[in-house]
Amino acid sequence: MAKITLSQLRHSYDPEAITEDEFALKMIDLDWDDGGAYALLGPSGCGKSTLLNIISGLLEPSEGRVLFDDKDVTHLPPDQRNIAQVFQFPVIYDTMSVYDNLAFPLRNRGVASDKVDARVREIAEMLEVTEMLKVRAANLSPDNKQKISMGRGLVRDDVNVVMFDEPLTVIDPHLKWKLRSKLKELHQRVRATMIYVTHDQTEALTFADQVVVMQDGLIVQIGTPVELFERPAHTFVGHFIGSPGMNVLPAEVRDGAAFFNGTQVALEGAISDRDGKPEIGVRPEYVGIAKSGLEATVKKVADIGRHNVVEAMLGDLRVNAIVEADPPAQGDTVHLAFKPEQTRLYRDGWLATEGAAS
Amino acid sequence: MKVVNQRAWLFVLPVVILVAFNALIPMMTVVNYSVQETFGNNVFFWQGLDWFIQLMRSERFHAALGRQFMFTGLILLIEVPLGVIIALSMPKKGFWVPVCLVTMALPMLIPWNVVGAMWNIFTLPDIGLLGYFLNHTLGINYDMTQDPFAAWVTIITMDVWHWTSLVVLLSYAGLVSIPDAYYQAAKIDGASNWSVFRYIQLPKMKRVLTIAVLLRFMDSFNIYTEPFVLTGGGPGNSTTLLSIDLVKIALGQFDLGPAAAMSLIYFAITLLVSWLFYTIMTKDEN
Repeated sequence: MAKITLSQLRHSYDPEAITEDEFALKMIDLDWDDGGAYALLGPSGCGKSTLLNIISGLLEPSEGRVLFDDKDVTHLPPDQRNIAQVFQFPVIYDTMSVYDNLAFPLRNRGVASDKVDARVREIAEMLEVTEMLKVRAANLSPDNKQKISMGRGLVRDDVNVVMFDEPLTVIDPHLKWKLRSKLKELHQRVRATMIYVTHDQTEALTFADQVVVMQDGLIVQIGTPVELFERPAHTFVGHFIGSPGMNVLPAEVRDGAAFFNGTQVALEGAISDRDGKPEIGVRPEYVGIAKSGLEATVKKVADIGRHNVVEAMLGDLRVNAIVEADPPAQGDTVHLAFKPEQTRLYRDGWLATEGAAS
Repeated sequence: MKVVNQRAWLFVLPVVILVAFNALIPMMTVVNYSVQETFGNNVFFWQGLDWFIQLMRSERFHAALGRQFMFTGLILLIEVPLGVIIALSMPKKGFWVPVCLVTMALPMLIPWNVVGAMWNIFTLPDIGLLGYFLNHTLGINYDMTQDPFAAWVTIITMDVWHWTSLVVLLSYAGLVSIPDAYYQAAKIDGASNWSVFRYIQLPKMKRVLTIAVLLRFMDSFNIYTEPFVLTGGGPGNSTTLLSIDLVKIALGQFDLGPAAAMSLIYFAITLLVSWLFYTIMTKDEN
C-alpha cells in the first residue's frame, strides 16, 4: 500500500504535440492518500482512462512523474508497480476454470498454493461465485464474467492500488447496486486504495470518500460528495453533478457586487480577485418562489415524486427551481429568490467568491 | 397452428439442380465405374465389390496412402507452427502491415503448375539456382531427380513456401481481433509471454486455426499438380502420392474400375479425417 503522487503530469497521444488542445491530460498534480476510496468522475473523453492507464503503467506520460510512496515509478511496467486494474469489459481467460482465473494473478507471483486457495475462496464467497469455481470461464454469462474480472483485481491483498475503469457498464442494473455496495464494503474491510473511474455521478458519489472531477484533461475539483454538491469550484462541476444541474446566469460585476439584468444578486461572500467572464451559479435546490425577486414565466412543471422541478424563463434564459409543495402552474408569472449563502460568482467557469468557511 | 408452405421447395430447387450437376451426377458415374469392368468400346461387365477388395489388399495402394499421410503430416507439422510464429511476429499496426500482408499473399496467387515448374528449375542440380548453389558452391550432394530424400525435402519445402501464408493470414486475422484490454490485463496480472500465448492468443486463434488446419489438410491430401510437375512422382515411386497414383491408374493404364474404387476410398478418407478433426476441435463449444 502506498500514497500515490502525480507530479506535473501531461500526456498526449501525439508525440509531436505542442498546443494545449493536443494534450489529453493538461498538467495534473494530485496526491492519492493511502487507503482512500476515490472516484474519478467526468464525461467521456475527458482523460479519465488516460490518467488511470498512466497510474497503472500501461501508458508512459509525455511529461511529469508518477510516485508511489516517493519512489519514482514513471518508467516501470505494470507488473512491477504492484497494482490491480479492472477493465470496462470483462477480460477472462476463456480456457481456464473460474478458480484458475481468480488464482492467475497470485500464481504468476509465486504465492504458495494454500494461500492462493484461501484468497480465491474468500473472493469467490464475496462475489457469490463459489458454486461456479469449477466452471470453464468461457461458459459464464456476461455478468458473471465481469464479476470474475473484478475478482482478479481484488484477489491480491498486497497491491498499492486497485483501479476500476467503469467496471459496471456491462452489468445488469439490479446487480450494479449490489456490486457497488460490495466494493464499498470491501474497501472498508481491506483499506486498500481504490480508484473508481466513471461518468456516472451516482456511482461516483455512492462509492467514493473523495471525488476527483475531470474535464478536458484538467482536474476541476476534488472533494467529498457533499462538498461537490454544496460548493462546486467550477460551473462544470455544478452542471455535471446534480439533477438538474446548477443554473448558470450571465452577470455583470460593478463596485464589488454582482448584477443580473441590472438587478443586484446577493452572493455568499466577497468577490475574490480573478478575471474572466462573470457568471452567477445557483443550484435549483436553492432557488425559491417568493413574493419578490427576479420575475420569470413558468414554462414547465415536472412532478418527479419527492418534489417538483419548475422550469422558469428569465427572459430567454432557462432557470430550474426545485419546489417542495404547491408548485405554480404553467404560464404563471413568478418571482425567483436565490438563497444568498448558496449563490456564487464564477469567472471563466472558476469559483470567484469567498465562502463563509474559507 | 403451424403454417405449412410447400412452395419453399421451389426456392431450394436451383441449388439442388446445381449440386446435382456439379457433384452428385459426376460422383454417381464414379460409383457406377467402381463396380464394373471395361475393356473399351463402352462395354461394361458387372464386377461387384471386387475392385474395393483388391484395392484394400494392394500393397501399391498402401504405399501410396502411407506416402500421402506422411506428406500431409509433415507439411502440417511445419506449416501450422511456422504460420503461427510468423503471424505473432508481424506488426499489428502502421505502414508495415499492408506490406507484410501483400508479401505473404503473393505465393498463394501463383498457379499451381507454375509453382511446380518454378521449383523444378530452381532445384535442378546443374542449372537451378538452388541446386547449383548446394552442389557446386556448398558441395552438398543434392539431386531431387535421383535421390528420394532430396525429392521429399524439395516437395515439402515447396508446399511450405506455397501455403504457410494461408496459416499466417488466418492466424493474423485471429490475433488482431483480440482487444487490447486482454494484453493490458495480462500485464497487470503479471503473466509471462508464454502465458499470454497459451491463455489469450491461442484460445482466441483456435477457431481460425481449426479452419486453417482443415483447409491445409484437405488441400495437401488431394495435392496433385505441384509434385507432378516437380518430380512426376519419382525418383521411382518415392513421391507418388495418392492422387498421382490415381491418375496413373485411371488415365495411364485406363483401369477405370479400380481407379473409381480408389477415388471413392480416397474421398471417404478425406471426409472422415476432416469430420473427426472438426468434431473434436469444436466439441467444447456451446
